[in-house]
Amino acid sequence: MKPMAKDKKKKGWNGFSLRPRKEMPEGLWLACPGCKEMLFRKTMEENLHVCPECDYHFRIDGPTRIAQLADEGSFEELGADLASSDPLKFTWGDEKYQDRIRVNNGDGRSHEAMLAGKAFIKGRPVMLAAMNFGFLGGSMGMVVGEKFCRAVERAVDEKLPLVVVSCSGGARMHEGVVALQQMAKTSAALARFDQAGGLYISVLTDPTTGGVAASFSMLGDVIMAEPGALIGFTGPRVIQQTIKIELPEGFQRAEFLLEHGFIDMIVHRKDLRSEISRLIDYCGH
Amino acid sequence: MKSRQGTSQPLQYLPFEEEVARIDQLIAQQGNEDSLHGKNASKIRQLQVRQTELLQKIYSNLSPWQTVQVARHPRRPILNDYLSLMFKDVHPLHGDRCFGDDKAITTALGQIGRHKVMIVGQNKGRDIKEKIACNFGCPNPEGYRKALLKMKFAEKFGLPIVTLIDTPGAYPGIGAEERGQAQAIAVNLMEMSRLRVPIVCIVIGEGGSGGALGIGVGDRLAMLEFAYYSVISPEGCAAILWHDGTQAPRAADALKLTAKELMQLGVIDAVIPEPLGGAHRNQHDTIYNVEQYIVRTLHQLKRKSIDELLEARYRKLRSIGEKCLNLAEIQPQIPERLSAKVQIEKAVQEAAEAKIEVQ
Ligand SMILES: [Zn+2]
Repeated sequence: MKPMAKDKKKKGWNGFSLRPRKEMPEGLWLACPGCKEMLFRKTMEENLHVCPECDYHFRIDGPTRIAQLADEGSFEELGADLASSDPLKFTWGDEKYQDRIRVNNGDGRSHEAMLAGKAFIKGRPVMLAAMNFGFLGGSMGMVVGEKFCRAVERAVDEKLPLVVVSCSGGARMHEGVVALQQMAKTSAALARFDQAGGLYISVLTDPTTGGVAASFSMLGDVIMAEPGALIGFTGPRVIQQTIKIELPEGFQRAEFLLEHGFIDMIVHRKDLRSEISRLIDYCGH
Repeated sequence: MKSRQGTSQPLQYLPFEEEVARIDQLIAQQGNEDSLHGKNASKIRQLQVRQTELLQKIYSNLSPWQTVQVARHPRRPILNDYLSLMFKDVHPLHGDRCFGDDKAITTALGQIGRHKVMIVGQNKGRDIKEKIACNFGCPNPEGYRKALLKMKFAEKFGLPIVTLIDTPGAYPGIGAEERGQAQAIAVNLMEMSRLRVPIVCIVIGEGGSGGALGIGVGDRLAMLEFAYYSVISPEGCAAILWHDGTQAPRAADALKLTAKELMQLGVIDAVIPEPLGGAHRNQHDTIYNVEQYIVRTLHQLKRKSIDELLEARYRKLRSIGEKCLNLAEIQPQIPERLSAKVQIEKAVQEAAEAKIEVQ
């Protein structure tokens, strides 16, 4: 509970860490992984889950993301009751994938790894989807693919812009090639959306990797990322294990992707709403 | 020892083929081919019959992990073998016009049966020099971009596309990430779903996750009998589930990565049979079977209008994983006697009774 030594205070975050970012621990206070400062949880949460000292963007779940982006009370969820049919009947040791899905559904509602629905952003109607990292690492399985496609199809029907906030480790291992094919399925749906002339804004947050990065999240007409977000195909740990050399500082962070030309802009969480609505206006929706 | 392929190198036996290897040794001891007419002839024939039966038995019951081992066999036919035996008049096309020429993906014009096609395939290389040149079949982003560029070329001139998939996965390297591995694969998925020419995809060896899918979207997806296709390597899956890569055989079981299992799941359209004892024992027959499948399939696909094909291609993708369950179906059912309503009623009743007793 004691604040860190003063000399470390403004050291700042070097923008790169191989350790997975810690999920938020319980308690009134928490240490910011960016600046190591002790933060009062409530202050941080009121600041859109961003560290007021160093702008470190904490990972947030789907419902929180929707609450932050959409106009209050405007979100109308699609396919909220979808659940995986466990196509592989996946088991390992004594554990079952089935049980994992159930445990994660403790609140009786299926958020799965993605929430999708119709919403308003600053008064502009959109189809909005946000991923849930807490649900099996935000991994894409049949439910994510299905919700995504339904959202795209609805966006085509109602001529709405599509806004998707990605936060995922990739395709869901427990659904095997069925999950892998969701990459092709979501991309194919986007091809149709593109042909219909729809605007697709993809927002990449920490982390966006694997099969999600290599499908719908990289196909935006406009691609934004939150500062410091890890974005890439292969995760840094696997790369380091494979090539066995030190990875450059800031590797696969949003700033790195901007520099290499793979995203349009880095947007602070507090500016996301206004940036998205401005883009929608520009594209004449 | 004489290998069935007629090459000078001995065949490399897989761990579950000990008995097969022993019979080969016995045959070798009986003498060379000439003695087929000599005194050992009947003995050798007997051994060969036994070996054939044994191979039949082993290969009709391969476990998923054994299948992965067969798919990775160093002598399994690779893209170059298909290019020389299956296609005629092959003209390789190089470069992505942007960064370089990735040797892990070969793109070429060629003819199969009566069909002129664009060939897109992943190449692993045979000897160590080749393997290094083509990065052990792990493509970089420029490989996927080259593939797309040539496929667009094929679209422009109405040439059907044949893709031959054989990769452990897209390359996990610094350069690959700098040049946008994820973006390159994503764009291929989107564009392949709407290319206005027939596309036939075949997994001939390893179907390693997104790296395989990056050239694997089309009208038909087929697999050789002992190829595998998986969302993650069995080793990677084992490392996640058991923190132990040596549990790969168990992971392979769980992942449902064999052609037979994927056929049952409705993910692939056809399983192309391999000759007795796997593709590495008989390249010619393997490649002949693949050729027959491609020629027949192209013939079918060409009879349909392109709009029909595109609609069917989309429907096929759209239907994978479409049958989600309703949440209520997987929620554990709470027995009536334990439900909140009954519990509250019971408590109220008990409280009422207790009160009465106090009075
Ligand atoms: Zn901070």
